[in-house]
Parts: sequence; C-alpha cells; structure tokens
Amino acid sequence: MKRSLVAICALMLVAGGCSRESKPQPVSLQPTASGTAIVESSGGKQIGYIGMPLDQPVVVQVNGASGSAVAGAAVYFSGPAGVTFTPVSGLTDSSGQVTSTVSLGQQAARYKIVASTPDASGKKLELPLDEIALGYQQTLGAQLNGQYCIRCHDPESTPLRVSNMDNLSAKPHPFTEGDALNKMSDADLIAIISHGGPALNKSAEMPPWGYTLSKSDIAALASYIRAVADPPYESGGLVYAQK
Amino acid sequence: MKNQLKAVWQFFFGDSARAFGSASLILLALLAISPAKNHFSQWRHYQKQYLHLIRGRADAVTLERHFQGGIQQIWIPEQQVTDRCTTCHLGLKEASLADVSAVAFRKHPVVPHSLTEFGCTTCHRGQGAATTVEEAHNSTEQWEQPLLPAKYIEAGCGQCHLEKQTATPFLNQGRDLISSNGCTHCHTIKRGDGTYILPDDDPPSLKHIADKTTREWIYAWIKDPQAYAGTATMPNYHFTDNDARDISAFVMAQSTPLQPPIQPLQTDTKPAADPAAGTSLYGQSFCASCHAMQNAAGSLVGGNVGPELTGIGTKAKPEWLQDWVANPDHYDPQTMMPHYRFDATQVATLVGFLESKTEPDFVANVHLEPATPVQIEHGKRLVMENGCASCHEINGIKKPENFAPELTRIGSKPLSQLLFVEGVEHSLPGYVAGKIRNPRAFGPSLKMPQFNLTPQQVDAITTALLAQTDRAQTQPPAMRIASVQQTKYEPAGHAGQLMGDLRCLSCHMINSHGGDMAPDLTWEGTAVQREWLVQFLKNPETLRPALIRRMPKFNLTDQEINTLADYMMTVYQTPQFDRDSLPVSEFTPAVVEQGRELFYSKFACQSCHIADYAKDKGYIGPALAGTGKRFNAAWVYHWLQDPRSLRPGTVEPNQHMTDDEAHSLTAFLMSLNSTGSKEAPKK
Repeated sequence: MKRSLVAICALMLVAGGCSRESKPQPVSLQPTASGTAIVESSGGKQIGYIGMPLDQPVVVQVNGASGSAVAGAAVYFSGPAGVTFTPVSGLTDSSGQVTSTVSLGQQAARYKIVASTPDASGKKLELPLDEIALGYQQTLGAQLNGQYCIRCHDPESTPLRVSNMDNLSAKPHPFTEGDALNKMSDADLIAIISHGGPALNKSAEMPPWGYTLSKSDIAALASYIRAVADPPYESGGLVYAQK
Repeated sequence: MKNQLKAVWQFFFGDSARAFGSASLILLALLAISPAKNHFSQWRHYQKQYLHLIRGRADAVTLERHFQGGIQQIWIPEQQVTDRCTTCHLGLKEASLADVSAVAFRKHPVVPHSLTEFGCTTCHRGQGAATTVEEAHNSTEQWEQPLLPAKYIEAGCGQCHLEKQTATPFLNQGRDLISSNGCTHCHTIKRGDGTYILPDDDPPSLKHIADKTTREWIYAWIKDPQAYAGTATMPNYHFTDNDARDISAFVMAQSTPLQPPIQPLQTDTKPAADPAAGTSLYGQSFCASCHAMQNAAGSLVGGNVGPELTGIGTKAKPEWLQDWVANPDHYDPQTMMPHYRFDATQVATLVGFLESKTEPDFVANVHLEPATPVQIEHGKRLVMENGCASCHEINGIKKPENFAPELTRIGSKPLSQLLFVEGVEHSLPGYVAGKIRNPRAFGPSLKMPQFNLTPQQVDAITTALLAQTDRAQTQPPAMRIASVQQTKYEPAGHAGQLMGDLRCLSCHMINSHGGDMAPDLTWEGTAVQREWLVQFLKNPETLRPALIRRMPKFNLTDQEINTLADYMMTVYQTPQFDRDSLPVSEFTPAVVEQGRELFYSKFACQSCHIADYAKDKGYIGPALAGTGKRFNAAWVYHWLQDPRSLRPGTVEPNQHMTDDEAHSLTAFLMSLNSTGSKEAPKK
C-alpha cells in the first residue's frame, strides 16, 4: 500500500516536472524567397508601458530589387533582454509583410528592437525600430498630460477631444518635438510648467500649473516629456539595445 | 589491488600518529565547508560586482562610503516586512546610478514611497527574507508568492490604495471593468476597508420581457450577444441550439404582462417614416450622449451609458418602443434614462426612426416551433444552473447566493490550490488571466461564460484582482487610502420628484451622488442667476462648443421650470460666501477696462475661453460671452481666486492672482452680456 502511494507520488512529481519544462519548440522557417530591403510598415516609435504589449503590432515589409513586396521571405525579430515578440519570426505573406506583437521589458526606457531578413547571399538586412516604455513616473505624467496639457499641445483632434492648438497665437510644442524641447534644461521645463510662459519670457497663453498640480506631478510631467521626445532627449534615461 | 589499498591505508592510518594527523586534516576540511559556503555565496558575488562597478565611476568615493557589506535588512514589523533585497540591490537609493544597465544595481525609479518606510515586498511581493535570487524572486515550495511581473505592478498599489489614483491607469481600468462587466453579480469581492466592489452594468429585468421583444431575438441573443451588438456586455455562454431554444422558451413563459399594460401603437400617430425628422430629433435630444449607434460608414458614434441602438428595430417591438420613449419609468422604474416629455408626434417620429435601425440578418435564420412544457421545464433548469438570476430578475427564480467563488483574496491564492491546463503559464497571474481570457478552457463543464475583452482589458482586470491579497485584508487600517464612496443623497420634495423623473443624477453630481458626465450642481444656486437658469432649462444653450455630450431639452412646462429653479437657487448654495456679496454696481468702467487688459494680456484667458465671439476662439473652457447674464459676481470672484475650492477636480488652473486682479477681472467678465451663442468652428 505504502509503496504504491510512493510510486504514485513519484510519478506525479515526474509528470509535473516534465510538463513544466516543456517549452514551445522554435519553428524553423523554410523561406521560399529573399528580398533586398526590409522596411517598416507600421508600429515603430510607439509609446507603451513596462512589461505590456504595445497597442499596435509591429509590421515590417520585405521588398525585392524592383521595390515590390516579396512573399515567403524569412523575418526575424530580436531585441534587448525582456522584450518579447509573438511571433519571434515568420515568413512574409502575399503582401510581403510580417506582423508581430511586441511586449517591452520591465524598465522604463527606450528599446531598440531589430527586424532582420537574410538577402540572397545570406547577409542579414536589418531594420532598427525604437519603442518607448513608460514606467511609474512617466505613466503619471502621461495621465496628467491627457487631463491638462494635450488639448493645446497635441494638434490631433478626435471627436471626443478637439484640439485647441489652432486657437492660440503662440503655437505650443507637441511633447514629441525633441528638436525644440531637448534644448530646455530640466529646471527651465519645470519652471515653465509651474509658473507659466512668462517665467521664460514666453506667451502667457501657457498658464501656471504650480498652484494646481503638486511638485511631484510636475516632475512626472517633465519626465514624460523627456521620455517621448523625438529625437530622443540625450540624458533621457536608458536606451536598451542588444549587446 | 588489495595490496595497493592496504598501502594507502597504511600511509594515512598506519600508526597512531599518522591516524591522528589524517583525522585532523579531514576535520579541518569539514570545518572549512561552512565558511567557504558563506564566502562563495551568491550575495557576496553581487556585492563584489557592485564594488567593481562603482570603482570605475566618477563619484566612486561617495558611493563607496554609502556601501555597507554583509546582509542588509529592512525590518518593519507592523507591515510584516523583513526584506533583505538590499543585500544585492545595492544602488536603489543612489541617484547617480540611474543609468546603470544591470537591473540589480540601478537606482529605483521615482515612486512616492520610500524604501525604508515600505520595504520592497509590500509592493513587489517575493520572499523578502531570502538571500538567493531563486528563492527571493521565484515561487518555491515553501514560498508561493513570487515577484509580481512589471505588467501587473499596479496590483501592488491596489492593496492599500482603494481610491482612483492618476498614476495607476490599469488598476483603475481593471476595477472599472470588474464593475461594468458585472463580475461581482456572481463573485463577491471585498475591499480591504470592508466595502464591496459593486456591479454597475445594470442588467435588465426579464419579468416582462415578452412585452419588449420576441422569442426569436432572445434565442439569437443568448446564442451570441456580440453578434447583435459588438458593445454588448452580456457574455457568451456557448449554449447549444437546443439549450438556447429551451431557455428562450422558459424566458418567454415566465414573462408576465406589464401593469398597467403597454398600449398598442397609436393609429393616428403611426411611426412616421420620416428619416430626416427622426435623425434630427435623435440628434437634438442628445441620445448619442448615452447611446452608441453605427453610422453609415460603419463606425460607432455615441456614449456607452445606455445600450447600443444599431439594431434596436430588430430587438424591440414598436409598441414597447413607443411606451419606453414616452416614459421609460413605466417599464423600468430603475432606469437611468430620463423622462423626456415628448409629445405624441415626437414619440412617433423617434419610434419610426428607431424601428428603421434593424439588423435583419440577426434573426433571419431563427425558426422556432412553439415551446413544449418539457422544453420550458428544461429551460428553467438551465437558467437555474447557469445562474442567470444572479444578474437578471426572473419570475419564480431567486437570486442565487454566492453563485461563484469569492475573489476577495485571489491575489494570495497558493499555486498548489490551482488547477492548470495546457497553454496557461504556471503562475498566479497566468492562471487569473487565463481564466478571464478563456474560462471554458479550464473544463467544458465550467459555468463561467466567455466575456468579450481585449488582451489589454484582460491584463487590466488581472491587475485589479491581483491586488486582492491577504495583506490588503489584514494590514493595519492606517495603511489604507479609502475608496471614495458616493453618498445616497436625493433631492427632496416636489422638486426632488421632478429631478428624479428627469434623472438629473444620471449625468450631474449633487452632494457627491450622481454621474460625472455633466457639471457638478452642488453649488449651482450660488453660481448662477435665477433668470439665466430658467432660460437654460427652457432651452439649453451650448456652453462648451467643443463638447459632443450636451444637456438635452426636456419640454418642461413653465411651472416645472419654476419649481426646479426655486429649489436649486434656495438649496444648492455654498456656505463659503453669500452670492450677493459683490454687487455689480461697484464696478466702474475703469476697473472693467483693467480687467479686460488682464483677461487678454496677463492671464491670456482667451486661449481657453471666448469673451467675444467675433475675435476669441479658445474652446477648452465654457464660453464667457454671457457671463454678466449667467453668473453672480461673487461666484466669479471666488472662482478666479481658487477654482478648486468651488469645484474640486476642475481643469482650470489656479492663476494665483491678487484680490485686486480678481476684482478687475470679475468686473470685466460681468460686463459681458452677449446673448447669442455660436458654434465654434470645428475641425
């Protein structure tokens, strides 16, 4: 009796151990064609959150010498540790495209991911793409931006949120506008949010938020603005790329 | 061979001196095992790496001074925190290490809580007392709570923070989804403060359902609710054809006629097939504030407070629609929909319009024979087995108690108590997300239905559920930030009845009770002038040109308007100041001119408000061109000084103006007497 119990337990342990270790085998691709260029269709420069899938999948296209799409070419996605792709590789469909859902790593940073395809000689053609993951502070900034800033600082209108940018005589900078905003120091950025445009001899159309938002809220906004700047802000935190 | 062994033995233990020497050496080696283990331990390895890292940096001296070797521990007994994480995570407090690529040594990202006050495992979970990576991060046999993946990290916040925080959008979304999908009709979820997460999806009563729709529609609906409307919150139970046939038979059989009964369609006001008039009345009544409908281009336009109306003509019988549009209270006294006071022609126009919104394909292939008593009996059994009465009121069936497992402590559930199936990650978050994503994958006989959720929504709900931990229930009350509960405020008397009939609280908040779609009216009596209020109730004008959702016109009688205006002007006053304390006669033209100057230059109010329709364009805040006719000067003055003291959460920033500035600006605003409003140009 006792012996059979032990045997059953052992069997269960073995079974449990095995089932946990079984991982999906990487599917080896059988490409039927190759291209001469790999280009982005959509999904680059997205703003996501740590550990979460990006809103839009990343779609890349393989083109041939004539510039037309190539079907059946192999595309491999790779990125720094922590970034996952579903699927991690695939063959291009009839329109020459491969689609992958990307989840970013666990750190707030800019992630450099790479889509690659081998050309006819087997040389790797690479397409680097930048994606941004927001952490706690930047998420808070993003939320505050949606509440207070976006109506003037974003030129895009949606039915639920009509942009006010065109009604202003001094056009506000969209927060992605790195060319202009990267030149401001952190102190200036925080000063203009806290005390309004006149603090830096700019338009009074930018009101002071320092009597409405807390200091940590304003710091969060600044950190969000740094995180989404394009071109990237230089000391804007980490850039994760494969070594 | 034997001789060789013998020789070795002789060499080490041949005589007593040799034996003593050898035994001593062995003992020495044995004694060295323990210190060696300590010396080569994982955490020492990390500390050496850290020292190596900081030596190469510019601020090496400072960092080395901060470094303390040996096992580090944060001990906070009242929070059951004994965390040794800082033994390896050595740079958590070092501002200059924010750019280090090794996670172990990086500065902790900015969060509002300090390490020494809250420890690590309070938010991140894992085994705080462990000193190896494996034991601290992962779930072991003795410790089943591994680190929370970054994706669900807001669950850590949700243990103490029961209120909505700006910084935790996914936790908020998850909690909202639990309410709006009605999860808590079946599952009980208690918050740490003893309150419960309540459903707010408002599933309809089925007691008089035969008055409203047909058996064919019910059959098609319970087969696949999302086929009728993509926005439907009713989940899919994957009923077989026969089960759906029997359930529809029972649901029709238990229905009793409404008392007093629904009137047949008025022959003299037959639904007018005038699509233009219908569309325009639908628009004027701002039905789209609450109801969504697919437009010609196939995109959904409108709110999500009421059900989607794209196929309403297929669902609802015309005589029911007529009864409902005329006065929704008759069919459902609990509805959020206001009593619009449409006249007979308007009712007919709207019914005609809604009847034309059909989805004929939805019921085209449904052909049901008349139900047999056996089918009805079987349908009743299915309705009881599937807990339909947890959500819907059904004649003859009581709401089941605790129909599904309580989820109050789901976030601390040990893995050993969970049954995993293939394709589900072997972790608690994996299990919870898997259950929400595809409940029937865990067993075809399970009752939990398939909800219509995006992957992102599944993660949000998982985050909210993972916050339901033992710690959340047992920690000291001082740790908790309570959820904001609505009051049970109802306006009183005759005006109160009228406001109930108009469902003011479906959109407006008064005394912390009501909706958030329209402005808070708690102090409306202090803010506005009676004459303006009367005009507004007669014909609500557009105050905010950029908004889609607007106050509808209710066709109120003069007497009703007077009752409402009297009540609001008398009752809804702030105790902070008297609304008549700043007479307009005090303002001189010079002061008005000063105010104009401040409005357009120093404070640039025109960026968000319109003072003059001819030249201002800002449309974030309400148009102010009619301020002198709308507001009381005292309200404007106090608002300018501190908007949030009068309406918490308003977007208007506090400009920190002086009393004089507020006084001049008030004078200018009160001089604006424009009556006409104009649509601001829309893009």
